[in-house]
Amino acid sequence: MTSAVHDHSALKLNRRQFLGYSGGLALGFLIAPSALLRAVDASAAAAGTSLSAWVHIGTDGTTSIMLPSSEMGQGIMTSLPLLLAEELDADWNKVKVIQAGVNPAFNNPVHFNIQGVGGSRSVRGYWLPMRLAGANSRYQLMANAAERWGVPIEQCSTTPGKVLHRASGRELGYGEIAAFAKVRSDLPPLTEKELKPRPQWRLIGKDVPRVEVPSKVNGTATFGIDVQLPGMLYASVLRPPVATCPFPLYNTGAENGPVSVDDSETLKIEGVVKVVKLDHGVAVIGTDYWAAVKGKRALKVEWRKGSVGSKYNSEEKLAEFGAIARDLSRPGKTLLWNTGNAEEVFKGAGRTVSALYLNDHVHHACMETFNGTGWLRDGELDLWLPTQGQTWARDVGNKVTGVPKEKVHIHTTLVGGGFGAKAELLPAAEAAALATAMEGRPVKVIWSREDDVKHGAYRPATAQFLRAAITAEGKISGWHHRVVGDSVFLRSRPFAYERLKGFDAIVIVGASTPYGIANKLHEYVQQDSGIPVGYWNAIGNGYTTFAVESFIDEVAGALGKDPLALRLELLADPRSRTVVETVARMADWRRRRPAGRALGLAFSHGGEWNAPAAEIAEVSVDRRSGAIKVHKVWVAIDPAVAVQPGHLTQQIETGVIWGWSAALRERISIRNGEVQESNFHDYLVPRMDEIPEIEIKIVESGVVEPSGAGQIGVPAVAPAIANAVARLTGVRLRAIPMLPERVKIAMSKGGSRLA
Amino acid sequence: MTQMITVSLTVNGKPRTVKAHPDTPLLWVLRESLKLTGTKFGCGMSLCGACTVHIDGKPAFSCIQQIQYLEGRSVTTIEGLSPASSHPVQKAWIAEQVPQCGYCQSGQIMRAAGLLKEKPRPTRAEIVNTMKFHICRCGAYRRIIAAVERAAKEG
Repeated sequence: MTSAVHDHSALKLNRRQFLGYSGGLALGFLIAPSALLRAVDASAAAAGTSLSAWVHIGTDGTTSIMLPSSEMGQGIMTSLPLLLAEELDADWNKVKVIQAGVNPAFNNPVHFNIQGVGGSRSVRGYWLPMRLAGANSRYQLMANAAERWGVPIEQCSTTPGKVLHRASGRELGYGEIAAFAKVRSDLPPLTEKELKPRPQWRLIGKDVPRVEVPSKVNGTATFGIDVQLPGMLYASVLRPPVATCPFPLYNTGAENGPVSVDDSETLKIEGVVKVVKLDHGVAVIGTDYWAAVKGKRALKVEWRKGSVGSKYNSEEKLAEFGAIARDLSRPGKTLLWNTGNAEEVFKGAGRTVSALYLNDHVHHACMETFNGTGWLRDGELDLWLPTQGQTWARDVGNKVTGVPKEKVHIHTTLVGGGFGAKAELLPAAEAAALATAMEGRPVKVIWSREDDVKHGAYRPATAQFLRAAITAEGKISGWHHRVVGDSVFLRSRPFAYERLKGFDAIVIVGASTPYGIANKLHEYVQQDSGIPVGYWNAIGNGYTTFAVESFIDEVAGALGKDPLALRLELLADPRSRTVVETVARMADWRRRRPAGRALGLAFSHGGEWNAPAAEIAEVSVDRRSGAIKVHKVWVAIDPAVAVQPGHLTQQIETGVIWGWSAALRERISIRNGEVQESNFHDYLVPRMDEIPEIEIKIVESGVVEPSGAGQIGVPAVAPAIANAVARLTGVRLRAIPMLPERVKIAMSKGGSRLA
Repeated sequence: MTQMITVSLTVNGKPRTVKAHPDTPLLWVLRESLKLTGTKFGCGMSLCGACTVHIDGKPAFSCIQQIQYLEGRSVTTIEGLSPASSHPVQKAWIAEQVPQCGYCQSGQIMRAAGLLKEKPRPTRAEIVNTMKFHICRCGAYRRIIAAVERAAKEG
């Protein structure tokens, strides 16, 4: 099978050779706020550097397309270049995908206008810029061919990889044109209106093999941990007992760091090169990783005591959050999604329904632990990173070493699982600091699995209080949702925190009620517990959707309504209604299940992802052990445009598996600031023999808008399971994970039959 | 154990001599001394399977195999499984587009190759009972099963 390929040779090259194209046509595009793209000559000769070229066409027709950000399994190494290739009318078999360095030309306009992946924003952010870059590149090729032939450009057309002049039967391959082409800055830039209409797409919506997959079956794929450089040293960092993962642009983690270090035994170990005291830990550098690990084990370190985080006990803290959530005299921050006057409605409400929902911290447990490689030489810093945030990684390199930003070079490797973890920048800071300590030699720092589990940036633990005001006619007139938890933005995106006036849109994301209720109030009650909280697969949507969708079922029960009927009564958006109706048909919602089984339904509006999803879970419960078994999950989803339908299906399916695990099992427990879990024996992630059967239907609504697909399968799983358990047993589970011991306790309390 | 030792073994058919601390896991020797980075670190405790190689023809977790006990042994890594990714399991992995992030896949493939060597026509239950020792955090399990079944059929 021929197809586009991933050219990762740049990772092995010296930075001065990086993308030093010779000959051919290099096209750069400046993304203006008006979404107009103006072609610029991005050849090395014209620009002094070729790093801003979005596309380069070699004289042999090889078409190199830049990947602006990170491939971590979500498929953008294929789907983004494919958008450009679609409009360029490129021959996909001649496409090479090249990882971009840090350059504002590659910024994602919907992701903080930087380079980085998060929030399922890659396809959404680059949907227009990359198609416009492709269309304008094609236009440049046509203009050059037309000029050579002495014909009007309007008479030219393209087939994949060729410009045609049908009237005279002439044609020129893109490579042939590249040999003589000049960038025509006089051409008016093409706009969105001139892009291909959907019926003319020949790549978008058709599955192609993913470009980097061949390298992932023979050991040649280069992840961060695989970077090899001449004379490289290896490092391992001894970390404090208290969970410590500072966000290095704003904090160093010194509050838990080393006070004194005795490295006398460490330095006796053959292969240990140096011990470096960092603000947040102590690094041992060796000629190989194992020498560094042995050296680390021989260290004697006294740690600073008394930080806020060191007093954190997760169970007590969650109970405290719960009390705060219920205490309406403690107002939170409000900013978005509110309508009418909920407070007044509740004052006068004849009847209210309320419930408190809790969720513990969870961890990413990416298969590739944190790592980073730094090399400081000749006043320039190179960092090789499996990162979700190249621009900020560059800024970290600058901050830690003082090397000017333009001399910090970020080499993005493949990412062995991201899930938000690799938006963290501590590994970049460590690599930069250790490269400085060993100036002239490259140093790779590798986190052990224990480091990774015990010092993560966990999804926040939250308590959520929801109440609904019910009219005498049985209508919901008011909706109030309070979320209590630590702020992710305050720790890692303070500029966004300021802009939102402290209403942490990441922690509370997903709480924007999709249901048509006249008076709504959403509050965020911020806590500061000193434990690192960060991004996670579907982040806030995971627990806010659990709360909202469990609660709407509880309200349905209180009103004596069918959960499906109530949702359809309250959902106006046609795409949302369609996925709910579709999943109900798929699962045959009204059919009675055999004894001991029941169905539960949940809806996820998808928010900025622009991809509503509905899921139904069929469950049974082992009443003796409290274990919930999920037999099957049905999913109906409307992703607007499925750029790669087969891969999208896999993303959704694996998102369901992720959501299943978060719903039933994953939990980080913290005592006195110390994470109790350490590796895969006590932080359990899904295994092959456990996963439920999954059936997915992608609903084509015909809407042509970009959507983000990476996380859409996750949020509805937990509430669908909880709703199924409630229908089966009458017991309402209001905490995730729904651990067997929690289920047993809930069942022993009896629990009124709520749904 | 503060000093390194020298060990000779066969890796992907070639004799190799390496210097390392005696308790160094084979994993790190492969990755660092021999630059065979296809074998991955995942847990260091034989819990996830990312480090799986074949030792004397049988799948083994290289993260818990100390180099001091491997004198004279024969190791095959993902790089040595086949020329040009031609092993039926590798071909099936591409055909089914199994990998997402791909980090665990070398280990999964080495385990699946070991399974098919022993049982060319495994049942689905046998596939699951063998492959369940390997974690894929992305969760690409259904495609892994499909790929092993395809390799068994087409191999």
